[in-house]
Amino acid sequence: MDWFVFVVAGALAIAGALGVVLSRNPVHAALMLVMSLLAVAVLFVEQKADFLAAVQVIVYAGAIVVLFLFVIMLIGVDRPESLTVEPLRGQRPFAAFIGVAAFAELFFLVRLQGASGRRASAGSLTSGHESNVERLARPLFTHYLLPFELTSALLVVAVVGAVVLSRRERAVTVDEGEG
Amino acid sequence: MGDPLFSKGVGPTVVLIVLIKTLVVFVFLLVGVLFTIWMLRKVMADMQDRIGPNRAGPYGLLQSVADGIKLFFKEDLLPETADRRVFRLAPYLAAVPAFLTFAVVPIGGTVKLFGHRTILQLADPPVGILLVLALSSIAVYGVMLAGWASGSKYPLLGGVRVTAQMLSYEAAMGLATAAVVLSAGSLSTRVIVTEQANWRWNLWQLGIIPFAVFLLAAAAEMRHRPFDLVEADQELVAGFMTEYSSVRFALFYLAEFMGTITMSAVMITLFLGGPLGPDIGFLGGRVSPLWFFVKLVGFLFLFMWIRTTVPRFRYDQLMDLGWKRMIPLSLAWLLLIAAMRLGVDEGWNRFEVVAIAVAAGTVAAGALAAAMRVSAARREEQELEATV
Repeated sequence: MDWFVFVVAGALAIAGALGVVLSRNPVHAALMLVMSLLAVAVLFVEQKADFLAAVQVIVYAGAIVVLFLFVIMLIGVDRPESLTVEPLRGQRPFAAFIGVAAFAELFFLVRLQGASGRRASAGSLTSGHESNVERLARPLFTHYLLPFELTSALLVVAVVGAVVLSRRERAVTVDEGEG
Repeated sequence: MGDPLFSKGVGPTVVLIVLIKTLVVFVFLLVGVLFTIWMLRKVMADMQDRIGPNRAGPYGLLQSVADGIKLFFKEDLLPETADRRVFRLAPYLAAVPAFLTFAVVPIGGTVKLFGHRTILQLADPPVGILLVLALSSIAVYGVMLAGWASGSKYPLLGGVRVTAQMLSYEAAMGLATAAVVLSAGSLSTRVIVTEQANWRWNLWQLGIIPFAVFLLAAAAEMRHRPFDLVEADQELVAGFMTEYSSVRFALFYLAEFMGTITMSAVMITLFLGGPLGPDIGFLGGRVSPLWFFVKLVGFLFLFMWIRTTVPRFRYDQLMDLGWKRMIPLSLAWLLLIAAMRLGVDEGWNRFEVVAIAVAAGTVAAGALAAAMRVSAARREEQELEATV
């Protein structure tokens, strides 16, 4: 059963990822991204990482891609883009190189570290009566409290920074008039 | 925790029971939608001193069935400028989350079925209430993409509006939910309900604020008046639904009313003790689904009442209410509840905790009000300059 879920969700995730790259229409690409994210969420559930799955759907599928779509719709770039123009010179060969390198790295890591796909017994995601959420929350709010708080401070700084940067003094369009 | 159904492994009977439960929930929701539409039309008619539907069936009960059949036989139009695939997909994206949310709502205690004990609830995942939030954020897609894919102006405006509106109110809704989770100490909807036993309903256990915030946010998520700017007919024809007809229109209609039912059910679970209620005579605790339905109809009536009597917000008022009133209020209330909870655990003097919290809250509210006053004055100044 696990195997069946893995194959279906994995295939959907890969199909979605390919769709993001191959769709010409930005809205279709964003939708494919949602499909990929949801399929990965299913994989998380299959690995008993319930909380991660929920957060994946709420944050990525529910907020971030919605914002992508919102921006696409609002500024009207929803026309299919032509692939003949290259916005950044040398971007494509460079991207291809990075992609191949990352894939090779992943491949060798998996091969050399002997990842078997079995669940680790040490870092179990649930323990006895403790649910996945409690198991995550306890270290997060005790041992790792400082990094956690620092992250939230960082996010606040980012929000304030975004507001300050995007806020421009509205240029007064009317001339003051001479004399 | 969890459903006792799966404790003895999964056999064919267990699969059958799950299928039966799913089917029952599905049929219940479909019939519920038909009933809710009829009820809305009757309640509105009564409040507006009209008679309402009274031709099809007794008291017009079959009116929605007749309307549904009519919709299915109408011509299905597909606009020339539409994005065909997304246009076809959107109604399903709207309808499916509305149905799925109901899966985590407990509608009763445990029952015995074919020799297996099972809970009267489709699923009880450990992250229960997060699933509700996740699905309500997924529900944005249907409406938003319907607006975009229609390929014309008014639906697009409706789609943009709905996105902003639902994202804004989701934050307030999440904070109100967090207060409930804090008091229950669990995300499971079933535990949230059992924690409210003996009339310790979250409605008054948490103060009325989280409930009020959730009620308003839910109304905004459902896009009903006074929050129906998405399909404001004087401004946007019918918003995202303008280009839809026939079966696809019916799906949106279905999703809207299913959303009303599931949101009411979620609120009952979070704040009104779900199916909890006094036992009746020899039936004992077996009447709990009855209490659930009574509460559900009460909630549906409440939403219809709001819908019929409150006029629509202006768009900036909607945003102001969401961002400047509800989010700060629910955040402050959440902190107050957390402080009191900590005070109980640590054995602090309750009055001191409340006094300090109220003082801090007042200072924060004052600072926020001052900031808003300054920004409002500045904006006015700029607008004045721009118009000179």
